[in-house]
Amino acid sequence: MSYRQIIRSHTYCFDDLKTVLAKASPLRSGDVLAGLAADTYEERIAAQITLADIPLKNFLNEAVIPYESDEVTRLILDTHHAASFDPISHFTVGQLRDWLLSESADTLILQNLAAGITPEMAAAASKLMRNQELIAVARKCEVVTRFRNTIGLKGHLSTRLQPNHPADDARGIAASIVDGLLYGSGDAVIGINPATDNPAVVRSSLEMLDVLRQQYDIPTQSCVLCHVTTALQLVSQNAPVDLTFQSIGGTEATNASFGINLPLLEEAWEATVALKRGTVGNNVMYFETGQGSSLSAGAHHGVDQQTCEARAYAVARKFKPLLVNSVVGFIGPEYLYDGKQIIRAALEDHFCGKLLGLPMGMDVCYTNHAEADQDDMDNLLTLLGVAGCNYIMGVPGADDIMLNYQSTSFHDALYVRSVLGLRPAPEFEMWLQQQEITDKAGQLLPSRKNHMLLKAVNTYKA
Amino acid sequence: MEHLPKLADLENSSADPWSSLKAFTSARIALGRTGTSVPLKESLAFKLAHAHARDAVYSVLQLEKIAKELQLLNLPFILVQSQANNRQDYLQRPDLGRKLNFSSREQLATLSADECDIAIIIADGLSATAINEHAIPLLHFLLPKLQQAGFTLAPVTIVERARVAVSDETGQLLKAKLSLILIGERPGLSSPNSLGAYFTYAPKPGLTDESRNCISNIRPHGLPYDLAADKIFYLIQEASRKQLTGVALKDEMDLLQG
Repeated sequence: MSYRQIIRSHTYCFDDLKTVLAKASPLRSGDVLAGLAADTYEERIAAQITLADIPLKNFLNEAVIPYESDEVTRLILDTHHAASFDPISHFTVGQLRDWLLSESADTLILQNLAAGITPEMAAAASKLMRNQELIAVARKCEVVTRFRNTIGLKGHLSTRLQPNHPADDARGIAASIVDGLLYGSGDAVIGINPATDNPAVVRSSLEMLDVLRQQYDIPTQSCVLCHVTTALQLVSQNAPVDLTFQSIGGTEATNASFGINLPLLEEAWEATVALKRGTVGNNVMYFETGQGSSLSAGAHHGVDQQTCEARAYAVARKFKPLLVNSVVGFIGPEYLYDGKQIIRAALEDHFCGKLLGLPMGMDVCYTNHAEADQDDMDNLLTLLGVAGCNYIMGVPGADDIMLNYQSTSFHDALYVRSVLGLRPAPEFEMWLQQQEITDKAGQLLPSRKNHMLLKAVNTYKA
Repeated sequence: MEHLPKLADLENSSADPWSSLKAFTSARIALGRTGTSVPLKESLAFKLAHAHARDAVYSVLQLEKIAKELQLLNLPFILVQSQANNRQDYLQRPDLGRKLNFSSREQLATLSADECDIAIIIADGLSATAINEHAIPLLHFLLPKLQQAGFTLAPVTIVERARVAVSDETGQLLKAKLSLILIGERPGLSSPNSLGAYFTYAPKPGLTDESRNCISNIRPHGLPYDLAADKIFYLIQEASRKQLTGVALKDEMDLLQG
């Protein structure tokens, strides 16, 4: 159905819900590239005023991508939980936004609401919020997941140790891991992006991680971020797979461009759960997402990039993941042009993910052709720390030498933990103290020459 | 005053005693720390690397120098532009960087070129620095091989503010069987000047990346000019023989040599 709004004698007419959502979205280069952005500042606010008055019930009757042609739409509508939705079923988008910010929407109530909210509803509410409001609501959410430790508790911030090497060299990877561990990083996961998806190479990285973890009895999980089909093959060959990783998107066609679909993810989830390698829980999936991936694959169906992104969270939550993060600034300036757009998008993604019940982390990052630098990342990191982000990345010196982009460093994690009083996952924090890496207050102890972790690196051949 | 530590002591106190691990990776490990921060020396080293990368993104082609050097190689050339009017446009609208602007298209069309084997295209991409430094030295190795093998060449096209796919339209207008574009790659912190070579058989607008082959990281500290030229020449020969490029064209050069 079409929606209309009159501002000073000018009538704005929006053909359908997806058009209102796109035009209401804060400016970003990807929506301009797609030809979906508002043409004027006034049109954008006209769309926001229009969006505010749309009943949430309309979202259940008007799919932004047709039910018949998209399995993600079918997933969203078929798994919508009517009882959870009931308390907000009479709201408009604007009323939802106001209510989310009110004192009555507390942590427990938001947790119970998650299954009743669709990605499009979350995206719509986010478009009516300023940055501080995205932070304020996300901070009230708490999504806790478990495998060998407990991630996402309020007051805690975990890190994915990302020890990538351009040639997947075992000693090079081990050197970065040891450096990271000695800086207190790695409680979300020790996760390698392999330079090649070759199963033998992936397997040898998996085995190396598993030996290291067991040797030092580290209460964390490991992952080599290969394609899900490679992981499935390795699971069937009894390789030590803790977590199965996959990049996912918010439309069936986006996922097809990644070489996946929902049945394949289901198969991978079941196979990984069956390994029962978790000790305190069995959340076994790790998903990465990012605004712009649908447009980049020519698979956005005229839906704006933030709404497409939120729809990816419906895919993620079906499989009860341990970790989900948007790789927000990786995609480049044609989708998110500068620090301002990257920061806004990251706060939207974190908010939408948390509201939908996901254990949301964030790769606070940028590429060299984006109008951004470490100062922008410092701002975003601090904002996400306040917002209660579950985890961030830990990359040596913030410089990923394999993927050629900049993320957050081990030092950055120490900074944000220190200024905001955040702590690692409890099990990992205990280990850091036992290893005499940190003291009880979480401060790094003076680094020692003969720490036994340093011996780990020499185990590996060049 | 005597209780204040000397600067040298401060530097020592922030160092990590595992700097020997740096031998195993070029990752920024064992940086040391002051509080939770990276020590200044390492912080400035990072900023310098980023400055090089940023400058590369905004660098421009040294047209006079390139023109002079192409003349020395006896290569006629044409200078054209994409539809992106400035760098900002270029960065936000990759679609515009893939198309020639109207007058450029006219310019190539009115050449009414003879059919030829290869159209060589030189484009700034995301690092004109890479082109300024490496395009001509690479051609010094590559050209003699192509000429000796009897390949006919279109005039070299220099395209400003271009993406890889501009080579489709350019190659087609020049009636080339294969287009070869030398283009500046997205700068990394450790490589602000990396050159990529992409080639496409039967170029025409609308092709996507699976129709091409790519040799990347061409620079003295990455893939050196002579090896890059060997690889490109080998693959171009294979492409001409099989009349295709893309996923079906595999780099089996090492197998042949082995």
